[in-house]
Amino acid sequence: MKSFLKKALVISAISLAPTAFAVDMTGAGATFPYPIYAKWAEAFKAKTGSNLNYQSIGSSGGIKQIKAKTVDFGATDNPVKFEDLEKDGMVQFPAIIGGVVPVINVDGVKPGEIKLDGPTLADIFQGIISDWGDKRIAIMNPGVKIPAGPITVVTRADGSGTTAIFTDYLAKTSTLFKDSVGSGANVKWPAATTVGGKGNEGVAANVTRVKNSVGYVEYAYAKKNKMTYISLKNKDGNFVAPDDLTFAAAAAGTDWAKIPGMGTFITNASGAKSWPITGASFILLYKNPENKVNAAEVIKFFEFAFKDGKKMAEELDYVPMPDATTDYIRKNVFTKVITK
Amino acid sequence: MDITQSHSAPTPQALRIAKLQRIQDFLFHGITQFFALSVLIALMGILISLVINAWPALHTFGPGFFFSQEWDVVNGEFGGLIAIYGTVVTSLIALLIAVPLSFGIAVFLTELCPGPLRRPLGTAVELLAAVPSIIYGMFGLFIFAPLFAEYIQPALAATLGQVPGLGILFSGAFNGIGILCAGLILAMMILPFIASVMRDVFEIVPPVLKESAYGIGCTTWEVVKNVVLPYTKAGVIGGVMLGLGRALGETMAVTFVIGNAHRLSASLFAPGTSIASTLANEFGEAEAGNHLSSLFALGLALFIITFVVLACAKWMLNNMEKKQGLKT
Amino acid sequence: MNNTSNIDQGIFAKRKRANKIGLTLSMGAMLLGMIFLLWILSVLLFKGLSAIDLNLFTHSTPAPGSEGGGLANAIVGSLLLVGTCTFISTPIGVLAGLYLSEYGDRSRVAAVTRFVTDIMLSAPSIVIGLFVYAFVVAQARHFSGWAGTIALALIAIPVVVRTTENMLRLVPGSLREAAYALGTPKWKVAFKITLRAAQSGVMTGILLALARVSGETAPLLFTALNNQFFSTNMNAPMANLPVVIFQFAMSPYDNWVELAWGGALLITFAVLGLNILARVVFREKVQA
Repeated sequence: MKSFLKKALVISAISLAPTAFAVDMTGAGATFPYPIYAKWAEAFKAKTGSNLNYQSIGSSGGIKQIKAKTVDFGATDNPVKFEDLEKDGMVQFPAIIGGVVPVINVDGVKPGEIKLDGPTLADIFQGIISDWGDKRIAIMNPGVKIPAGPITVVTRADGSGTTAIFTDYLAKTSTLFKDSVGSGANVKWPAATTVGGKGNEGVAANVTRVKNSVGYVEYAYAKKNKMTYISLKNKDGNFVAPDDLTFAAAAAGTDWAKIPGMGTFITNASGAKSWPITGASFILLYKNPENKVNAAEVIKFFEFAFKDGKKMAEELDYVPMPDATTDYIRKNVFTKVITK
Repeated sequence: MDITQSHSAPTPQALRIAKLQRIQDFLFHGITQFFALSVLIALMGILISLVINAWPALHTFGPGFFFSQEWDVVNGEFGGLIAIYGTVVTSLIALLIAVPLSFGIAVFLTELCPGPLRRPLGTAVELLAAVPSIIYGMFGLFIFAPLFAEYIQPALAATLGQVPGLGILFSGAFNGIGILCAGLILAMMILPFIASVMRDVFEIVPPVLKESAYGIGCTTWEVVKNVVLPYTKAGVIGGVMLGLGRALGETMAVTFVIGNAHRLSASLFAPGTSIASTLANEFGEAEAGNHLSSLFALGLALFIITFVVLACAKWMLNNMEKKQGLKT
Repeated sequence: MNNTSNIDQGIFAKRKRANKIGLTLSMGAMLLGMIFLLWILSVLLFKGLSAIDLNLFTHSTPAPGSEGGGLANAIVGSLLLVGTCTFISTPIGVLAGLYLSEYGDRSRVAAVTRFVTDIMLSAPSIVIGLFVYAFVVAQARHFSGWAGTIALALIAIPVVVRTTENMLRLVPGSLREAAYALGTPKWKVAFKITLRAAQSGVMTGILLALARVSGETAPLLFTALNNQFFSTNMNAPMANLPVVIFQFAMSPYDNWVELAWGGALLITFAVLGLNILARVVFREKVQA
């Protein structure tokens, strides 16, 4: 009888365990990885019962909220410099890799049909090339029928890591862009007809609605919306279209372990098949967090994502972090966070 | 006998009741005053915190902040002119369209409408007011803006755009989204507010006044102009102010369709930004310093604009009452 | 005799014309208003009806790319937020409005309160959200449903105060004076006579405030934030319909957009239902 009771207690304890230790965590930041974080959170809840509530408010928002300690972790595609990490007592690691694609809304043009390179794209976004009928576009696209019309440039209205990645690429390939606009989460777009959208979703919505517009979004948004993207010339001189293979090719050469704070841009990577505007999205955690239970659960979540979340990431056309990198993160980053 | 008795000293029971009532009234006065004060204090607290948070920006940039076209997050240079211009112009457009339309609707509902239709149509107008502002934003971006770009903008450019002087207002690419579109969506949004208030206020006019006017042979329009409107002017202005307030502070409906561009342009077709949209877009990420402080300064600017509008309305009312001899 | 009738005819014709023009314009305005209303409502119905089914009320918001899902967490969250907001703002607003109308003629405090309330009526809701973020969220170090409720209450209270005061002032002085003449104490006059006479107006005011507050997105953006999962914990980020609609409307996922229109339909008709209910109930009470 006693042993039966004991067994019953143990069994009920085990079955209750996931819900008994269910933790409610909040994270906020980039819209770039939002689709995959939310997917992972759903799967994590099914497995452990813990709720990871991720709110996509933009990379700069993620940085601000984690600094204000109103969330358990911040997410940003615009990596924080190592000195700033040390100053605030935070650690940073890349969680997922994806690609930023330029998208357009021009009558009769199919996805990938228009080919451009970095300098031309930079000129379009500066307003130097202001009409689709411009010769410079036509030269790169012989045989493609592009109806003329004034170009409306759609950018991000909020502080965005996607903007940081995109402008980093433009600045790397066009010195004119680097000198007059620069790169960062928030830049002053000089084109006269610039329209701002909130989040990747806002840019996607604007480009879909406004004729003759051009914008930049994370690939998942372009694919789901069936938007017309532009093929770009990469560093090796090949024209590539965006998909998870070209993103993976671009990220393949990055040695994450060698970068202090693990924060870096991987735009304009070499490699025959590399997509030139690839980027990683980073997570910010405090070394000594106020809520240690939540911090421990956040680490558990990302370990789950790294191990079991690869297929989900690929389905959404993201590139999961390679095993070597996740091992490094587990040994060198997670261990720095005090969870007891 | 009874009458003389009631003039003598009050009974102890009556005294007790009177004392109890004095205490109850004192409590009533105290409690309601407390709540009125707490409302006042909470609201003043918001105002004061706005000023305190805006002070660093105002100190750095001076009063020129409100006239500067800069908005450079990278270099920390900020100015409020673009956002203020967007707020003011979209609200003005909204008022220009909504006030006459509301007046017409209110007149129709009170004077022209056949009896059985009055309630349903009135409820229908209030229905529009029930629609959350974000719906107007969605409607604007997904449905109205494309139509606007396809048909209305070219039409405007072809007609009013050809008039010298007005032409510059209707120049530029036909994006659909922009200041004019935001103004039109705002007009659709504040129309039911102003119309309901005007209708409510028109209904309160004592029938006696209207009937005496009809009795001496006035037409319906003359009754409205000379009897109803003067009687209800305070309510009408109040309704207009309510609508204007909504328009000035509206965030969601405007953010979807105004284009979110920190750029000043003479054309109404161009994208711009309003104070509320700037706050919505940038507050979540503005770090303490000039950026955050400038955002609070913009909020303060909005308060000042609203204050000026309200003060003008009260001054107007005062003047009207003086003309009518109600005040000296 | 002929001269006067000629002059009369001329003036009369002009007046008749002015009348006709004015009334035709009014009818035109009404038509235009009705067209807009029907347009927006039909778009709302057309796009939202397909989302209304049992799933909407039983499932929580889906992750991006996941099929199906519903709005259960957002609906419950919104009900909680708006409900607690009503509990807070109604007594405060009505009592403050009572003070302004009963004691407001001679009091300096009342004049200033009225003025500040007027200004706050026009306050952009987003500024209120910022204030609550700075005072509640940043201090408590987490987003919460309570912060959202406080923000909503700060928006609703000025509306309730003003409409209560306006409605109470419309009650004829003769009613009050009759009660005073019978020896009624002031508080009894206020509650049993004045407030009762104006109750449909006051209720309408409360409902207007509710309607305004139910659709507010901006103040909840930085206070209650949002929640992917079902939760009734007011001390943590709380899902709510307006922010969910905002997020879903501009997303590239079809089921999200459909849910957004469905949620919009829900809010609109909930508020409309409230409106109609209030009018019907209180019209009956007044007549009885």
